Amino acid sequence: MSKEIFDVAIIGAGVVGSAIARKLSSYNLKVALLEKECDVSFGVSKANSGIIHGGFHHGSEYLKSKLEVQGNRMFDRLEQELHFPFRRCGIMVAAFSVEEMKTVEQLYMNGVNNKAVGIEMCNRSRMLSLEPKLNDDVVGGLYAPAGGIIEPYRFVFSLVESALKNGVKLFTEFKVTSAEHNSNGYGIVSEDGKKIESRWVVNASGLFADEVSGIFNAEEFKITPRKGEEFLLDRNSAARTEHVIFPVPDHVSKGILVIPTVEGTTMLGPTAIPQDSKEDVSTTAINLKMVFSSARRMVPSISGRDIITSFTGLRPVLESGDFYIDVSAKQPNLIQVAGIQSPGLTAVPAIAEYVKDLLKKDGLVLTEKSSYDPTIDKLPRMRTISPVEADELIKSDPAFGEIVCRCESVSEAEIVAAVKNGHTTLDGIKFYTRAQMGRCQGGFCTDRIIKIIQRETGLSYEDITKRGKASWILEDKIGDLEVNSYGNME
Amino acid sequence: MKKEMICISCPMGCRITAEWENDNDIKVTGNKCPRGIVYGREEILSPRRVVTATIDINSSSLGRIPVMTTGTVPKGIIDSLLNRIYKMHLETPIARDDIIMKNIDDTGIDLIATRTVTT
Amino acid sequence: MKEIKVDTLVIGGGSAGMAAALEIAERGFSVTIAERENSMGGILNQCIHNGFGLHHFKEELSGPAYAEKFIDMVDSSKIKVFLDMTVMDIEQTTDDLTAYGLSRDNGMVKFSIKTVVFANGCRERNRGSIGTPGTRPSGIFTAGLAQRLVNMEGFIPGKECVVVGSGDIGLIMARRMTWIGSKVKAVIEIQPYPAGLTRNIVQCLNDFDIPLYLSHVVGEIHGRDRVESIDVIPLENGVEQKDKSFNIKCDSLLLAVGLVPDNELAQKIGITINPETNGPVVNRQLMTGQNGIFACGNVLHVHDLVDFVTEESERCGRYVADYLDNKKPADQYKTTPGKNVKYLVPNYYSPKEDNKFYLRTMIVKNRAELVVKVNGKEITRKKLNHIQPSEMISFSIPGGKVENISELHNNILEVQIV
Repeated sequence: MSKEIFDVAIIGAGVVGSAIARKLSSYNLKVALLEKECDVSFGVSKANSGIIHGGFHHGSEYLKSKLEVQGNRMFDRLEQELHFPFRRCGIMVAAFSVEEMKTVEQLYMNGVNNKAVGIEMCNRSRMLSLEPKLNDDVVGGLYAPAGGIIEPYRFVFSLVESALKNGVKLFTEFKVTSAEHNSNGYGIVSEDGKKIESRWVVNASGLFADEVSGIFNAEEFKITPRKGEEFLLDRNSAARTEHVIFPVPDHVSKGILVIPTVEGTTMLGPTAIPQDSKEDVSTTAINLKMVFSSARRMVPSISGRDIITSFTGLRPVLESGDFYIDVSAKQPNLIQVAGIQSPGLTAVPAIAEYVKDLLKKDGLVLTEKSSYDPTIDKLPRMRTISPVEADELIKSDPAFGEIVCRCESVSEAEIVAAVKNGHTTLDGIKFYTRAQMGRCQGGFCTDRIIKIIQRETGLSYEDITKRGKASWILEDKIGDLEVNSYGNME
Repeated sequence: MKKEMICISCPMGCRITAEWENDNDIKVTGNKCPRGIVYGREEILSPRRVVTATIDINSSSLGRIPVMTTGTVPKGIIDSLLNRIYKMHLETPIARDDIIMKNIDDTGIDLIATRTVTT
Repeated sequence: MKEIKVDTLVIGGGSAGMAAALEIAERGFSVTIAERENSMGGILNQCIHNGFGLHHFKEELSGPAYAEKFIDMVDSSKIKVFLDMTVMDIEQTTDDLTAYGLSRDNGMVKFSIKTVVFANGCRERNRGSIGTPGTRPSGIFTAGLAQRLVNMEGFIPGKECVVVGSGDIGLIMARRMTWIGSKVKAVIEIQPYPAGLTRNIVQCLNDFDIPLYLSHVVGEIHGRDRVESIDVIPLENGVEQKDKSFNIKCDSLLLAVGLVPDNELAQKIGITINPETNGPVVNRQLMTGQNGIFACGNVLHVHDLVDFVTEESERCGRYVADYLDNKKPADQYKTTPGKNVKYLVPNYYSPKEDNKFYLRTMIVKNRAELVVKVNGKEITRKKLNHIQPSEMISFSIPGGKVENISELHNNILEVQIV
């Protein structure tokens, strides 16, 4: 396929790979971003909780703590440049016993040592005045005002859009299955026989970082998927809080959170259950009950009636519990970026800087690109604008006047923009626009979205999928099948 | 002979009983209206159903036009009728109650459009 | 921005909206209908099967034909209709109501109005609402979406499907899938009795030997990309018998697991919602807790038959006209569901005027009785042949029938099923 030799090939277009790609796009480099799925952000990143952490969960001895605090501070500028939904709503940790308050003190000390901004200890009344929906039984807790929330997939989409604008080449459905070191660097071959050449390689392949490392004969390590089930509540739920609410963590995870998502819904979760399969993203009935009882302990008004959907994400966990970001000691020109679990999303802007520095240290020459433009266009969203603005917008493009998704007020123009940005599956459009993400979960708009994809791409209905591969939606039309409904009538 | 069944002539769903010595003398009981008698007899002699379906149409607003039989037709012809309907293609304009297929298989029953499609 | 002054804005041009608008226009008031789709008729347009109109038109029509009879009446009336229009917001000040609706052709339109009728129907419950565990492949459709894809677009959503829910929508879709050449492998129903009409069990399932699993639930969905199979678990006394679960191979799942009034806009503007119906709390005149805002049809509570929607909405239209005429309503008192009653609509009654009620029971029973009491005294009693939760019950209390109104009591009208 591509005859050009890339300077850097990044394997994995999740949030980590995309942020690195965008960072590198500001230099005079040829960068390839390789993704095994049919769209970016379709792995670990799409089921992320979207928390921008407050810098208090881990001790300062961890690399992830340092990058978390650095990354957190970089989000305001990123939001201005990339327009993804982001809000510093603040994070609270709610303690329900004197014993739990001891752990909260530890968290506070972590935060102070990590130089987290604005962190404070709160007594009961301070907790309740900050967050009146908390359970009255709260005894105290922690408040981290710099914490916040984003839409993780929208963040990835924006990073990739910016990277592509600045010359990065994206290869989707490129599952790396073999690699050879040659005089140019690496020849990287996909499952279906496509090949690209690159001088450096960044392994940012999430759950599969261990397997990709193996393909390159580099370090041996094991990524253990840790399953996290989440439940989404209707935007009219009375239980929506102002802040992200954490319980006091245990040694395995940060616990079940109540998350007021930046787009107005409320999310509960995630669970934290280690498993072997990197594919199994099924949800279970038992965990639903567990998540609800845990979340209700903090916010009693949470109601099962408000559930609109559930989903599962897998975190890529290394045995060390820390990030592993380093130049490979076994193979030349290879950077490992593995084990990026929580607070990975928060740390990502800092990870991109860190990886850029590692590449430089490893010999990659970086000169700033004069044409680099860090900003992308802001797409208007019908849901968030005034009637007057909406009227103007429809005059400029009548497709804004066609509301396709009634639950989330998404217009046809927004769906067309998603398609034009390369998101041509139902899930891709869902994550880009929020259409199908509301309370009816696509019941009213799926058929209209299929028609728009067909019109904009020329694809036939058989080729439209939920998320690539064999996730087809419609295979036949009436008349294709012979009707034999009553069997043989006597 | 005796057969218990549920009348489907309307949403009431009366539980009716048909009793008969020969095909010319079928006695129906349990019905709350005269349609129950007709249904009970037919279900013994030759079960019939109303058929609804859609036909491909060259409309800008609608992919398929809904159609319906004007009365019940014998069950035995329904599969063949549907397979024929699905091979048809209609051109606009079509008005509601327009006859799409007259006297289906000599049953005396027509297939009519149940929606108007002008363009 | 276009500005329009009109007496009433009806949100939704389906069976409810059209019936209400026609009555209001009949009384000489100016009415506008805002309809989201490119034609009026609402969900009736995809319900191409017969069985509509037996009560109202005394003939058996398809859904589109029932709708078209009303569309014809609207077209020949003075009602102004905006198609492809979505109402985005409503603002209420002390005397004035303002609504904003947008469409491709009109941009954003500002409606200055005296009254609003919510007639925008209901939506389907989905996988999230019933919390079915398992993978998240393609091939899971709500029955209504599948019905639209089949009947309006001509697609076949799957060759081998399982229907979840034995309400009429599930049964009708089982027959439809069979009639387009798909194989329906089973209908799964959580209750121990079928939720749909008996005649639909006969003509939609028995005709095709489709198995109906009563007291069963979908335990888990399998398939990474597309649905490959489902686990079905029997219930005994309401408890899942996991050891008796079995697997059905299928490439699609149609969910007919209930409908919910679509009241997002009403909730947004602070209208009180009845948690039993998910529709607004309304008085005898079907007016919500906010002056000038009315609701009728499936947005008020989910009906079984469109004929009932029409009846309720025509009445609603007359009440709106009374309101516009400044006709002062008589004193009203609360109504309440008593023994074995799930809900009762409306939430208020007027002893001096005629009152029409719709209710749903919580029990299955032959030869039941409906008992109405006010201040502990029985007002009336009605014999019911067969009742079940999925079948709506209606009754009327004529004006003057309730005689024991007293300042010493709360005068609440309680309805029981015994």
